[in-house]
Order: sequence, then structure tokens, then C-alpha cells
Amino acid sequence: MPHEVADLLEAYPLLDPDSVDLKQIDYDVDVLVIGGGGAGTVAALWANESGIPADRILIATKLRHGDSNSVMAQGGIQAADKESDSPAIHFLDVMGGGHFANDPELVRALVRDAPMIIHWHERLGVMYDKEPDGTMVTIHGGGTSRKRMHSAKDYTGLEIMRVLRDEARCRGIPVVEFAPAVELLTDRKGQVAGAILWNLETEQYLVVRAKATVLATGGWGRLHIQGFPTTNHYGATADGLVLAYRVGARLRDLDSVQYHPTGAAFPEQIVGLLITEKVRGLGAQPVNRDGELFVHPLEPRDVEAGAFIRECASKKAGGREMGVVTPTGMVGVWLDTPMIDIIHGEGTFKKNLAGIFRLYSRFGIDPTRDPILVYPTLHYQNGGVAIDASGWTGVPGLFAGGEVEGGVHGKNRLMGNSLLDYNVFGRRAGISAAEWAKRVKLGALTLAHVERYIEALREAGVPEDRKAPLLLPDYRGERALARMVDLL
Amino acid sequence: MKPEQEMVTVYIMGKAYQVPAGLTIMKAMEYAGYRLVRGVGCRGGFCGACATVYRLAGDYRLYADLACQTTVQDGMYIAQLPFTPGERAPYRLEDLSPEENPLLALYPEIARCVSCNTCTKACPQDLEVMDYIQAALRGDIAKAAELSFDCIQCGLCAMRCPAEIVHYHVGQLARRLYGAYLAPRAEHLAKRVQEIEQGVFDEELDRLVKMGREELVEKYRARDIEP
Ligand SMILES: Cc1cc2nc3c(=O)[nH]c(=O)nc-3n(C[C@H](O)[C@H](O)[C@H](O)COP(=O)(O)OP(=O)(O)OC[C@H]3O[C@@H](n4cnc5c(N)ncnc54)[C@H](O)[C@@H]3O)c2cc1C
Ligand code: SF4
Ligand code: SF4
Ligand code: FES
Repeated sequence: MPHEVADLLEAYPLLDPDSVDLKQIDYDVDVLVIGGGGAGTVAALWANESGIPADRILIATKLRHGDSNSVMAQGGIQAADKESDSPAIHFLDVMGGGHFANDPELVRALVRDAPMIIHWHERLGVMYDKEPDGTMVTIHGGGTSRKRMHSAKDYTGLEIMRVLRDEARCRGIPVVEFAPAVELLTDRKGQVAGAILWNLETEQYLVVRAKATVLATGGWGRLHIQGFPTTNHYGATADGLVLAYRVGARLRDLDSVQYHPTGAAFPEQIVGLLITEKVRGLGAQPVNRDGELFVHPLEPRDVEAGAFIRECASKKAGGREMGVVTPTGMVGVWLDTPMIDIIHGEGTFKKNLAGIFRLYSRFGIDPTRDPILVYPTLHYQNGGVAIDASGWTGVPGLFAGGEVEGGVHGKNRLMGNSLLDYNVFGRRAGISAAEWAKRVKLGALTLAHVERYIEALREAGVPEDRKAPLLLPDYRGERALARMVDLL
Repeated sequence: MKPEQEMVTVYIMGKAYQVPAGLTIMKAMEYAGYRLVRGVGCRGGFCGACATVYRLAGDYRLYADLACQTTVQDGMYIAQLPFTPGERAPYRLEDLSPEENPLLALYPEIARCVSCNTCTKACPQDLEVMDYIQAALRGDIAKAAELSFDCIQCGLCAMRCPAEIVHYHVGQLARRLYGAYLAPRAEHLAKRVQEIEQGVFDEELDRLVKMGREELVEKYRARDIEP
């Protein structure tokens, strides 16, 4: 696995277990959901649907409810709901995309639930792109053999997240914002029994006792693995992996990092931001500085990103030196965006890619006239916490859904399958957590697993200044940091 | 940092800082030494967490934009809005019917709109905000949904509106009403859900789940691709 991740897993807790009073409980609930992105919100809705009253659920999240990777998704969500398609064909695409390293039981759940999820969204009021007769508009994505990418313009993630969050508000599900989980709690039997949150603003810790806990903390983009820029939101710092690992959950496929082939390489203000795959789906081709098409535009992401890096890398590093150098020294390849209106007619770009159009026009670039420069960017955590098809992690009382878990996508996720993943496994984790909460008897709260972990770290001689979870990246300027002192 | 880098002066909550030209407001604040907790979310123009107001030297206007998507200018006075208080009407979507214009019933204050267009001018997404409020008032839910579609709920319109309307809540409800009740339903979707519930695909999926890798790879290679 990347050393950026290993360093967080082999690190001391932020909070000294001895300084915490576990007798004073701040929140006492049936189901605690950690992470207020897509997976967490879906889990809370389905825990509620499964009979847990809204006020016995708590969503704890690091930033605001919905500030997440989920809100940023542009391209779309897959589901085999057309006549020409079937869950079985979807299954093959997912397995092939993941290099057959996926857990087939999880893939079955993913593809089987997919149409039901879209149907649920439709009834909740998600405005999917449709033909006048109601037929879903669907297109290809990288690695799909059928056109099954559903979208809501290029704000698919925003639209779904907005609706889910609104529904959670309709039901009165409590949310505590700016309160990331910094540790899980267990009882004497080792059952997960809630978490310790930390109020980012007042810097107090809060004890949550919960009969069942759902981990939905998303991915790791803000670790900037191998120094890459990222598409991810500010809170994507792999906290869930750290918490789960300490409590004994199994992690898988963390060796596999997804770089999205098309991150913005210019202008400087938006470097790393995502240029959705839909741009290629609609006909824009990647070309090198001589205008040659050097790779099929819609290979699976790992293949496509590899081809971009090779095209740009120096000859010494084994590359072809055929990229374009920007004024800040970054290298990229052209993405021939004007093709889209040329193929599909004037106005197609603005209508279907309003977000991308807006992104560039803010900086004086018109992507319908001029091609744009792109380079791979750190995008997705392919692996994560191992789960079974019910969203259970194997640790009693701990469930997981969304980008934090692994196994669904094997070694490489296809576009449109992770919005689907957070819905399918967010839902399954929420239902399983509700069922568990109805049955379980909890004992007294402890941090015994953390104490044991500290001992193991000491034995292994891990440097004491290494702390995790990370919670937020630090982008303060070097000059400012050099003179920073803690006086108050 | 290259020594020849051009610097500009910005005033973060009134205090002057020298920052490199070309940074976004968000990155400029970080460069100056702020470790952001509020006022930052996606960093990509999608979440609306970074609503910011600013003034420029020698200009009487108050501008509103997103800190993560706006480049600093020399002499800029910056203040971020950490939070927008806004009353959201309680409702359950399934209890509403689009014929009775629930937008006006739940948000009667939209009738107070004085058509000043301040909301539209404040919108960092360049939406026709006043027009969607007017559409909501008329009961034209489809129009309000369409015009508000790109709303990232940053709250800047609501902070500027003299009629104290919370536009983004109105838009949210309009879109859900449109999506759930007015948009035509996808029949192929309902049919597929039914087929799945009847177990039509179970046998085939069972077979695939148990299939050995070699056979699976072969099947994958043999897929035909829809043109
Ligand atoms: C720019 C972009 C575009 C994308 N486009 C697509 C697409 O077109 N199709 C597709 O299928 N997928 C896409 N994806 C991937 C997809 O959006 C995500 O994988 C998915 O939404 C993850 O959902 P999640 O709920 O698991 O995580 P998130 O949505 O990231 O939610 C996790 C939440 O947990 C919070 N959190 C983190 N740590 C803690 C903690 N310690 N305590 C409490 N809360 C915490 C986070 O702040 C966040 O709110 C895209 C991703 C990005 C970044
Ligand atoms: S700012 Fe308020 S009053 Fe003015 S046009 Fe917009 S909604 Fe109407
Ligand atoms: S309509 Fe209002 S809340 Fe929505 S993006 Fe525009 S200013 Fe922000
Ligand atoms: S941080 Fe999300 S819009 Fe600026």
C-alpha cells in the first residue's frame, strides 16, 4: 500500500485514552453514522426506513452535511435498466474493470440493486436526464459494454446528494457537523459501541454511545499519494481506514490507487480538478502536442491514465515526451473539447456540461472553441475496509458503505459505479445496522482496543510523533508556518 | 516559490497580507497562514461552503463569489460567510401535491419579492435567481426547477435579499416536486425493477458469481459493445 497510508495506519491516536471520561455520554443512540456524504445519508435513511426512529439515529460529520466527494460527482451513475442491458452484463463489466480481483458477492449486490436505487431516487425527486417520454438518457462510460450511465446534467452527484440530504431533513434525522470521529468505542466483548467525536471549533471531545455504527467516511484523495493533485473534497483523508484498522477490521486492495486520466492541468487555479469522463463520452479525444490521438478515448481508467503519463513523461523516464508544457511547468495532453459541439450540434456542451463550461469560463477559457489541457489526478480509493454483501465489516456492531469499503471494484473502479456503490452499500449497511441495533446488548464502554494498539506501536518502535487520523490536510504557506508559535 | 513571483495585497477581514497573484481566494487565505475549517468543502465549485463577499479598492460595489473559484485581485477586501441561517419549511414530499403550489404555501415570503434582482447579481453560478423565485410564485414548478438546477446552495442570494427569502430552499423543493411528480416516469426502469424482484436474473448471476476466473475472463473478452 502507499506509504502515505501506511504512515497513518501505523500511528498513535490523537486522543490519549486516559484523558477521556467514558461515563459522561453526550449522545446515546441506536445507530451512529460516521460521515455525512452520500453513503452516510443513505445509511441513515434506510436505518430509519427499517424502523429506527429518526431521533435514535445520529449522523456525525467532519464538515457540513453533504460537503463530500458525493456532491462533486459529475458524470453519472450506472444501472442496467435498459432492454439491451442486464445485471449480468453489468456484472461482467465491473469484474473486468476491476481486473477480476473484486469480491463477486459484492458485485452481485451492486448490479442487482442498481435499478432499484435509481427507481428510489426517481420517487424521491432526483431530476435524472430523460427523453420526453420518460426514458432515461444513458451513455457509455469507460469500460462499459452497454450505455447505462444515467446523469443529471454534469451535476449528477450534486443533484443526488441534495435530494438525499433534503429527505434526511424531512425526516428530522439529527446531524452534528464539524465533529469528526477520532476513535471508535467498544464494549468489553469487543463489540463496536459508538465513537468519540471531536468538535473542530471548540476542540472538545464528545462521547457517542451507539448500538450499531456505520462507517461512511469516504476516501483518501487529500493524502496526495505520490505527490499528485486530487479531485477530492477537503475532508477525504482516510480517517475511516485508521479507525477501522485499530478496531481490528480487515482492509483490502489498498495497493490500488485510482488516478483519473483527465484532471485539469491548466490554468493553475484549477489544477487537479476533475474533467468528467462524460467529456470523452460525448466525443472529445485526447491528443498529444502534434494533434495525434495516442490512445482509445474510453479505456478503463488505469489504462487511460497510464497512456497519458507515458505520453507526457521524459524519454529518460521511459515516456514519449509528446505532452504540452504549461507556463507553470506542468505537462499535459490536449482534450479536444470543441469536437463535442461539432459532433452533436452547437449548444450540446453548454447544455450537458454546464459545470465544466462554467469552470473554464471563470478563467477566460471557452472549451467549445479551444481544447483544454489535462493530466491524471488522484481520484479514488479502489480498496478499503472489507465487508460482506450486507455491509458488515466482520467486527461486531461495525458496518461500512461507500468509498471507505473495498472489494466491490477490485483493483479499479469504473466511472458511475461508485455513486452506485454508496447507494447500494450505504443502504445495505443502514439496514444491517438497524437490525443489529434491535438485537444487541451493550456492555460498558471502553477504549481497550486503542490501548492495545498503542502498546503494539511502542513495541514496534513507531515514532511517537506520528498521529492519526489526519482529519484535515494542511495547506498553510511555508512562510506563515515558519513563524507560527502556539501562545494561547 | 520563485523569487520573481508577482505579489498582490489582499485584506482578509481587514488585515493586509501579501500573497502571490493568481491564487484563488481560498488558497490565498491558506498562503497567509489560515488553516480553514469553515468556509471550505469541495474546493471545486460544487458544495457552496466557501461563500465569500468582497470589495475592490475604489469601487463602491459589494461582490459575492466562491472563494475556491475566484482569483484574488490587488486591493481586495475579503470576508467569508461561515454559515447562512435560513429557515427551511417542514414537509414530507409524499404529503404534497404539485397542483396546490406548495412552494407558495410553504414559503409564503416569496410573495414579498420586489423584483430588485439583487439575488441574481449575487449568484456565483450565474443563475436567474429572481426568475426562479417569480416562477415559484406563479406556481410554475417546472420552470423554477429548471432555472435553479445548478444551485449549489451557497446562501449568497439569501444573505442579500431585501425580502428575506431563502431562495435555495425554494429551489430545492421545486426540483424535488418536479422530479417526483411532474417529470415523466421511466417505464423501462419500473419494468426492470419488477423483473429483478421476480428473480429473472438470479440464475444467471449465480452462475457468474461461481464461475472460475478463466471462464469469466473469456466471457468478458467476448462481450459485444453497444455502438
Ligand atoms: C470530483 C469527483 C467526481 C466524481 N464523479 C463520479 C461519477 O461521475 N460517478 C461515480 O459513480 N462516482 C464519481 N465519483 C466518486 C464518488 O463521488 C465517490 O466515490 C462517492 O460519492 C463516495 O461517497 P461516500 O459517501 O462514500 O464518501 P463521501 O461522499 O466523500 O462522504 C464521506 C463523508 O465523511 C466525512 N468524513 C470524513 N472523515 C470523517 C470523520 N473522521 N468523521 C466524520 N466524518 C468524516 C467527509 O467529510 C464526507 O462528508 C467522483 C468523485 C469526485 C471527487
Ligand atoms: S433579491 Fe429578493 S426581492 Fe430582490 S429579486 Fe431576488 S428574491 Fe426578489
Ligand atoms: S441560487 Fe443562491 S444559493 Fe443557489 S448558487 Fe445562486 S446564490 Fe448560491
Ligand atoms: S469549497 Fe465547495 S464550492 Fe468552494
